[in-house]
Amino acid sequence: MAAQKWSFKITAVRKVLIALAALAAAIAVYRLATGLGTTTNLNDRWPWGLWIGFDVLTGVALAGGGYSTALLVHILHYNKFNVIARSAMLTSLLGYLLVMVGLFLDIGRWFNFWRPFVSWGYHSVLFEVFWCISLYTLVQVIEFGEIATERVAKSWHKPLKKIMPVMLILGVLLPTLHQSSLGGLYVIEVGKLHPLWWSPLLPLFFLMSSFFVGPAMVTIETTLAGRALGHRVEDNILRSLIRIAGVLMVIYLALKIIDLVNRDAFGYVFAGGLESNMFLLEMIVGVIIPIIICFTPWSAGRSGLVTFGVLTAAGLVINRMNVVITGMYQALGPGYFPSWMEWAVTIGLVSGGVLVYLFIAENFNILGRHEEQETA
Amino acid sequence: MLTLSVLVDLTRCTGCKACQTACKQWNDLPAGIPEFDNNLTFPSKTDGNTYTVVQHRVTKKDGQDVMRFAKMQCLHCLEPACVSACFAKALQKTAEGPVVYYPHLCVGCRYCMLACPFNVPKYEWDEVFPLISKCQYCFDPNGRYDRVGRGQKPACVDSCPNDTMIFGNRDEILKEAWNRINGDPKYVKHVYGEKEAGGTNWLYISDVPFETFGFRTGVTERPLPEYTHDYLKWTPTVIAAWGGLLTLMYLYTKRRGEVGKEQGQDKNISA
Repeated sequence: MAAQKWSFKITAVRKVLIALAALAAAIAVYRLATGLGTTTNLNDRWPWGLWIGFDVLTGVALAGGGYSTALLVHILHYNKFNVIARSAMLTSLLGYLLVMVGLFLDIGRWFNFWRPFVSWGYHSVLFEVFWCISLYTLVQVIEFGEIATERVAKSWHKPLKKIMPVMLILGVLLPTLHQSSLGGLYVIEVGKLHPLWWSPLLPLFFLMSSFFVGPAMVTIETTLAGRALGHRVEDNILRSLIRIAGVLMVIYLALKIIDLVNRDAFGYVFAGGLESNMFLLEMIVGVIIPIIICFTPWSAGRSGLVTFGVLTAAGLVINRMNVVITGMYQALGPGYFPSWMEWAVTIGLVSGGVLVYLFIAENFNILGRHEEQETA
Repeated sequence: MLTLSVLVDLTRCTGCKACQTACKQWNDLPAGIPEFDNNLTFPSKTDGNTYTVVQHRVTKKDGQDVMRFAKMQCLHCLEPACVSACFAKALQKTAEGPVVYYPHLCVGCRYCMLACPFNVPKYEWDEVFPLISKCQYCFDPNGRYDRVGRGQKPACVDSCPNDTMIFGNRDEILKEAWNRINGDPKYVKHVYGEKEAGGTNWLYISDVPFETFGFRTGVTERPLPEYTHDYLKWTPTVIAAWGGLLTLMYLYTKRRGEVGKEQGQDKNISA
């Protein structure tokens, strides 16, 4: 097990990803040097746009596979999900690192990013988000440290293993707080955010959706990784995983309806127009169809599982963008569409994340090829 | 309530923009080349270099075309959403009433802009390291731009040739506002800022609907920080209860797994 070589295969797809990531890096430097006005289409009406909406709000939620898997595997000890634990946590770690980069690019005075660590605006939901995301990223780095020290800096492995239980518990507690708080950010938008989305329950909705999108992301990711890296997780394991998501989605759907009725906002659902249509799209594509797939024989095969994963993830993306853009449209008015540089950074960040994932998955024991490596 | 308030009586405003100019001069804010919008309004809204703008509107009153003007700036809420939204304490409410921005603490996240129910905070988009821009109520803890802290009126109030604005304690100002409304039927029966967002330090009365100038109507009367507090107050409980539950579940299911293994082994041995 001594001198393993570091490997990174270069394929055509990877060349494209490298190019996209490099372009994003160049724009990022340009943005940090020249400001937000030169790179983004953000303005006084639309202070938040694609970067906050997708890179941060959606990114954190899509990385929710980390904490939902951690809860199932490490807290509740459902050992059959062990095979997906490490890859889910790695995706999550990378997701959060990308979110940090996205946030850093979006804040106007980036040299001041550390201020809330010392100047405590604890009345702000953003304060909780900031602290929890920072701490959780640190926790995830330590969690990954346990994996990494199997190969590098091996003397650290034992002490890291010792503190792992605390890290795992923090690793579920912190995301519970900040996943809900990302929804909590928009509670103050009362009267501005469209009633289809604004609700005092918004934090709960964000929390639930970030949890049930976890299995969806794990399904997509293991399928892709299975193809790229020759690693396959059995369908029945994925199916019982998405069953857990499905149950949560049913509760989510019921709560949404009850909440809309309670706030006298149910009429907006079928009122037509941009908001209603986007809301219906989000709920049908992202919740109702996945529920049907989940509880019918459709989810017995890989195609059904992948469809569930893709639709649920797409629904979540639409949901978050609906909160940030569609739902705010009536209040803020027209006047924002992301610039090409905003798109390029977002696409490049995701590309970079995929590349790092592939590198780590090929060089560390992520996909459960432990035995294979031991014997080799 | 002993906080400093301004009553703006829009029926007295002639749209001369002396207040807008005084504000720019006092606060060393650069001027722009006029590109008039909505009759004689320039700029069309407050922006990174403009704390206050006089809106010019032609509207109908009793079947006749009339011109009306409204000076817009930060309303200095009694319980400001922006202050509650700032995670670095870059916006703070002073005891006297002004909501003041401390640039050195600002991270530039722009959550205040979204949180404000009146869309007041603006941003210096053209700068490399932009700051939030909003009326400071001529209150400057560093002294340089301070007037109110030294017992003077704000620059805009001082510059008004028509006594459109009066400056004083909120209780007296509010009483005066209702006296004027009740004493003259031309007024709209509403003091804008009395109850909006839980009440503001700047109060407006008008003889044409407030919507004319783009004042937001239907603003909740509950202070916005309370909405956030209703959610955030659960944080300690969630940390204690969920953290405790997670620990218990971790220990319980782990032990259960171990016991299961031991019993499994026992069975194997006995078999």
